[in-house]
Amino acid sequence: MLNNQQRIVITGVGLASPNANNLREFRQALLEKKSGVEHIDMRHMGKVCAGNAHFDETKHQNKKMRKRGTRAGAVSIYCAKEALEDAGLDLTNLDKDRIGIYLGITEHGNVETENEIHDLYQNNLDTSLWSHHHNPRTVANAPAGEVSLNLGITGPAYTIGAACAAGNLGLIHGMQMLRAGEVDLALAGGISESTHTFGIFAAFKSQGALAFDENPAIASRPMDKNRGGIVVSEGGCIYTLERLDSALARGARIYGEIVGHAINSDASDFVLPNTERQIQCMQKALKVAGLTPRDIDIVNLHATGTNLGDIQECKAVAAVFESSDKTFVNATKGLIGHTMGAAGALELAGNLPSFEDGLVHPCYNLDELDPECAIKGLVEKETMNVGEVNTILNNSFGMLGINSALIIKKYKE
Amino acid sequence: MQAEQVRQVVLDIIADVSMEDDLSNIKDEVALRDQLDLDSMDFLDIVMELKKRHKVEVPQEDYPRLASLSSCVEYLTPKMMQ
Repeated sequence: MLNNQQRIVITGVGLASPNANNLREFRQALLEKKSGVEHIDMRHMGKVCAGNAHFDETKHQNKKMRKRGTRAGAVSIYCAKEALEDAGLDLTNLDKDRIGIYLGITEHGNVETENEIHDLYQNNLDTSLWSHHHNPRTVANAPAGEVSLNLGITGPAYTIGAACAAGNLGLIHGMQMLRAGEVDLALAGGISESTHTFGIFAAFKSQGALAFDENPAIASRPMDKNRGGIVVSEGGCIYTLERLDSALARGARIYGEIVGHAINSDASDFVLPNTERQIQCMQKALKVAGLTPRDIDIVNLHATGTNLGDIQECKAVAAVFESSDKTFVNATKGLIGHTMGAAGALELAGNLPSFEDGLVHPCYNLDELDPECAIKGLVEKETMNVGEVNTILNNSFGMLGINSALIIKKYKE
Repeated sequence: MQAEQVRQVVLDIIADVSMEDDLSNIKDEVALRDQLDLDSMDFLDIVMELKKRHKVEVPQEDYPRLASLSSCVEYLTPKMMQ
């Protein structure tokens, strides 16, 4: 049994999604089926489907620092400041040396490198015109470092590279650092600026895994029989995590408690998922939480819209939850696309309000369910009012075979 | 390019680099860093823009010559007349 210093709770949420700029808007967009996917003009490629976040970059950052920094940094700063405000935390009253910034990222630096190589060719390959900003912009800790610079936070600030499992890993790492006593407050989650690099789009296209539709709102269709792959999106979601005793002492609103987690590796393929390892990951998270499959009310799928990925995950979830007749399953990417490093953290945020309203948002663009994805409890088309939601298991998986599962419980004393 | 034009070139670059500083009351003889919110990265931006926009090379040993607006004009005018 964990004591109140070891119990870690979520007390604030800051997010930038293709269809919303805060948690309230995001939940509303998910319940009202508001898509954030649009057509954008991609360098070298032309029209593609993508999910861009449309938050105000200068709300929490001045123009000069925005120009000097990165899009990933701008997303991070916005989400971090929004999370602190949502948590009712005033930095002037906090020991900034005891705050940690832990951000999950799929990758970092591609956007800046592509831009500079583009400029290099415009400059007749004159490397003396290569920007001195290249190194500070492309170091892997840049997004977290930009938050530290913006907020004057002097505690540890770094990123966690974990492909598309990164959002969950940011939260897990933040929880671990709080439990270890390394910090007193964690700004933890995941971010992505993937829509600003053609390389990700071109690579998915070469892989036969890039979704496109003349109507962008229906391009991302996880588990649908006619799904066409991934819609690349950007976004971010950062949480304030605190030890329960500190959160209670300051009378904080508690969104939920992190009660279970697991991270493992497939060790089988660069890109193809592995059902057996996904099963083990979810089972391990349940064991850490001391819960059975029947105790989980919502499973949020990673479900990206690729043919094999969706089938493999559905097989894994079916295997773990076959004994449960009270677990509902949903997926988020149909409305927002795949926000890469932000996905785990952002999609969790979409389900957190279920603790309050008892609603389970559906999957989206699921017009004709692939029989191989037909699993028990799938909330296919319409929001369900299930009365009470107490637990969420949030899946996020990534390339090179990294799997993560996070279990959040409604806070109870 | 005459001295007054060089002064305007430098001011235009500083305006683009500093973005939010008010340049209307800038004092030519006072060090730029003492009156504007400029740091070492901004300074490198100014050097880079001189090269990109006007093909003017400023070797590292000459960086102190760009300390104030008047020293910039004094140093750059001969180079930009070439």
